[in-house]
Amino acid sequence: MKADKTTLDRRSFLKAALLAGGGLILRFNWPVGNAVAAEKDHTAPATLNSYIKIHPDGRVTLFNPNPEFGQNVKTSLPMILAEELDVSWDSVQVEQADFFPEHFERQFTGGSQSIRRAWPILRTAGATARQMLMLAAAQRWSVPLDEISTATGSLYHKQSNLKLSYGEVASAAAQIPVPKNVRLKTVADFKIIGSSKRNVEIDNIVTGKPLFTSDYKKEGMLIAMIVHPASFGREITSIDDRAVRQMPGIKDVFTIEPLLRDYKKNGFDVFSYGQIAVIVGNSTWEVMQAKKKLILQLSGPTGNAQNGKPDFLESTGRHYAAMEQASTQPAQVKRRDGDPESAFKTAARIIERTYTAPFLVHNTMEPVSCFADVRADHAELYAPIQAPEFITKTLSARLGLPKEKIKINLARMGGGFGLRAYGHHVVEAAVISQKIQAPVKLMYTREDETTYGIYRPSYSATYRAALDENNQLIGFHIKAGGIPESPLHENRFPAGAIENYLAETWSIPSAITVGAFRAPGSNFIACAEQSFLDELAYEMKKDPLDFRLELLKRAKERPVGQRNDYDADRYAGVIQLLKDKAANLARPARTGRGTAAYFCHNTYAAALVDIGVKNNEPYVTQALAVMDCGIVINKDAAINMAEGALIDGIGNALYGEQLFKDGVPLKSNFNTYRMIRMHEAPAKIEVHFVENQDNPTGMGEPLFPPTFGAVANALFDHTGKRYYRQPFVKQSGEKS
Amino acid sequence: MNSIRINKKEYTVDVDKEMPLLWFLRDYVGLTGAKYGCGVAQCGACVVHLDGEAVRACVTKMKRAIGKEVTTIEGLSENGDHPLQLAWKDVDVPQCGYCHAGQIMSAAVLLRERPTPTDQDIDDAMAGNICRCGTYSRIRKAIHQAAELQKQKG
Ligand code: FES
Ligand code: FES
Repeated sequence: MKADKTTLDRRSFLKAALLAGGGLILRFNWPVGNAVAAEKDHTAPATLNSYIKIHPDGRVTLFNPNPEFGQNVKTSLPMILAEELDVSWDSVQVEQADFFPEHFERQFTGGSQSIRRAWPILRTAGATARQMLMLAAAQRWSVPLDEISTATGSLYHKQSNLKLSYGEVASAAAQIPVPKNVRLKTVADFKIIGSSKRNVEIDNIVTGKPLFTSDYKKEGMLIAMIVHPASFGREITSIDDRAVRQMPGIKDVFTIEPLLRDYKKNGFDVFSYGQIAVIVGNSTWEVMQAKKKLILQLSGPTGNAQNGKPDFLESTGRHYAAMEQASTQPAQVKRRDGDPESAFKTAARIIERTYTAPFLVHNTMEPVSCFADVRADHAELYAPIQAPEFITKTLSARLGLPKEKIKINLARMGGGFGLRAYGHHVVEAAVISQKIQAPVKLMYTREDETTYGIYRPSYSATYRAALDENNQLIGFHIKAGGIPESPLHENRFPAGAIENYLAETWSIPSAITVGAFRAPGSNFIACAEQSFLDELAYEMKKDPLDFRLELLKRAKERPVGQRNDYDADRYAGVIQLLKDKAANLARPARTGRGTAAYFCHNTYAAALVDIGVKNNEPYVTQALAVMDCGIVINKDAAINMAEGALIDGIGNALYGEQLFKDGVPLKSNFNTYRMIRMHEAPAKIEVHFVENQDNPTGMGEPLFPPTFGAVANALFDHTGKRYYRQPFVKQSGEKS
Repeated sequence: MNSIRINKKEYTVDVDKEMPLLWFLRDYVGLTGAKYGCGVAQCGACVVHLDGEAVRACVTKMKRAIGKEVTTIEGLSENGDHPLQLAWKDVDVPQCGYCHAGQIMSAAVLLRERPTPTDQDIDDAMAGNICRCGTYSRIRKAIHQAAELQKQKG
């Protein structure tokens, strides 16, 4: 354990008070992790955004300000508080926060940051409340503090056989000044952390209770849907709504500009179109019908030299040609170690491979929806949003309402995967409500969402390895780029392990909008890199895992370069454990096995898959994962996340792609966009964790990237053919 | 003849008979357990029972549903204790949870037809239900477990 005294930054203070009706409330600031640097004034003290309540009857209420989209933070994070508070999990109730901008400094679920950021704060808050209860008991019994112990919500003075429940001293504890420098538990004393606690919302999920924004309903609420241009790079010039206005249940048709023209966007303000059409009506189905009858007139390509966007309409074929072109040109050098040029000049053999991947759609199971009720002086919203803080600024500017007058209730999200960091739907719903002066629920159809954009970019990476006459690796060159952004992380492995190393980056502008997608950038580059290392090992006649271990050993003993963004020991640790576990996992007959490892989002992950081919289609029979994410909070939930990341990686590697013709996304629903299904998912999955006492890091993202690599390598093992272009399963009738 | 029974309650249908059952349930009856995921019979998020058969409510028009008996996830059991619901809780299946009403409703018909389903039976019966979060191996486990529970209950 690195620290068991607390270090809290100055914004994370604690404040205690007496609960109305008796009991203790300890307020504190829960700095909800934010992966993306915010342009934020950090000097302003935040109002405290979270609390622990201890009621006189012994019930404990914890308030979790994190938005929930399936990564189980609503359960796992309160477990940390409960642990330090030393109560039984059964006595804990978790409340989900609504978003009151004036109360929140940061509130963002993403980048696998939630646990990492919350860890020290939650432990301190829990331990502080416990300490206050102990102080109150010490006063009541007139005994020294250090003779008092606690267990599952009770206080004990063993010497005199005294016992009090937390509830009995909670009111007294509320009068005690908040202590500083409380002691935290040692890892060995953890009872709740590391155990498996069920999703706190499970009863509501299996009985179909309304939990999601799309389930929300309010008296007088209208339904709105949008019609956006069919093609990236074009804008609406006019609409023909004559047919629509005649249709039953239709109230209004108009266009909106979600953003003011001169609004300075923040990183989460991704809007694919300057203007969209809106239809408002009484019921979802009526508006859906009307959508089919609305005619949009569109401009030609809006790209030009000023905005840096292409002045033509983009197609997948042209994208790939441009990426091929870019990968043969010199690009921007991001890192150079030693003398890579000479290494390649003197090489006895050069191996060069290029890997590509298409745009991907997030396909969150719940299509976008948002409820908004905007009045003259305030606004209330129900929204699935991972970064409410950012969107509130945008809303405030667009609606002309002060931030404190905007309340966003955070509903459970039917999946996020990065997409719900972007709040175009929130702004749209609010603008529509303001315009029609009524509460409204904006619903996207699946097609609207699949074709709206904010995709994972399309990528390409070219790897070159220089081998000398003894088949030793003497030089390594990576040149990677994408449309419209590059996936390169120049300081990641194998940088640091090779004397002569060169990393270059390029990018190609596009009108297609992109955004974060489960482990951004990594989700492609891990596959390219891990496929290349696998092939390199094969060419060098080495075991692929041993080859990686050898490189990591070199990186540890004689690191090359100024900065290497990984810990070679922990990296090697997951590979070694994968090796050990793999040895005990029999590979089914007629399958091939592939492995890969990667480090991102502070967590080390390694994946193994066994792949066979049935009816000309690859299918994964079993998968195994190893993760080093420090202390595991909620064991079974962590395994669930890992299983999901594996299946997501397998599915996207085999089937995921969005294609374009003249700016039009060609796949709009699951009949054309292939998703992994039950019979294609591995029937058997093993997940192992490296056991250590390092602070916990994220679970949601890190296993996803290496899974792609394991799939590619298993396909090679089974078929003898290397797979360079994702998705690995070509879909019938596909042109690109 | 304009009535429909939903979860053992009688309702009068006064909407366009072309409207899919899903939107009648969600917008008019106020039962939001069945979810909209695709609207084109591809994802299974909307699965409900129509006279005991699993149907995709997003493509089942009201004219087909009228006069029939509909069961949604809200009506699958009195107290949330159908063997599948119990197994789902025990295995802690969900991640985001959005797909699971549909998953459970599909699995319920499977369990009735095949009280002891094989993995192949599960593959066949569940192929129409997408789980974007990838909880498939847990769904499989929970179905097997529910089959056991059902047997014990007799
Ligand atoms: S919503 Fe009915 S099958 Fe997808
Ligand atoms: S749990 Fe999220 S889609 Fe199945």
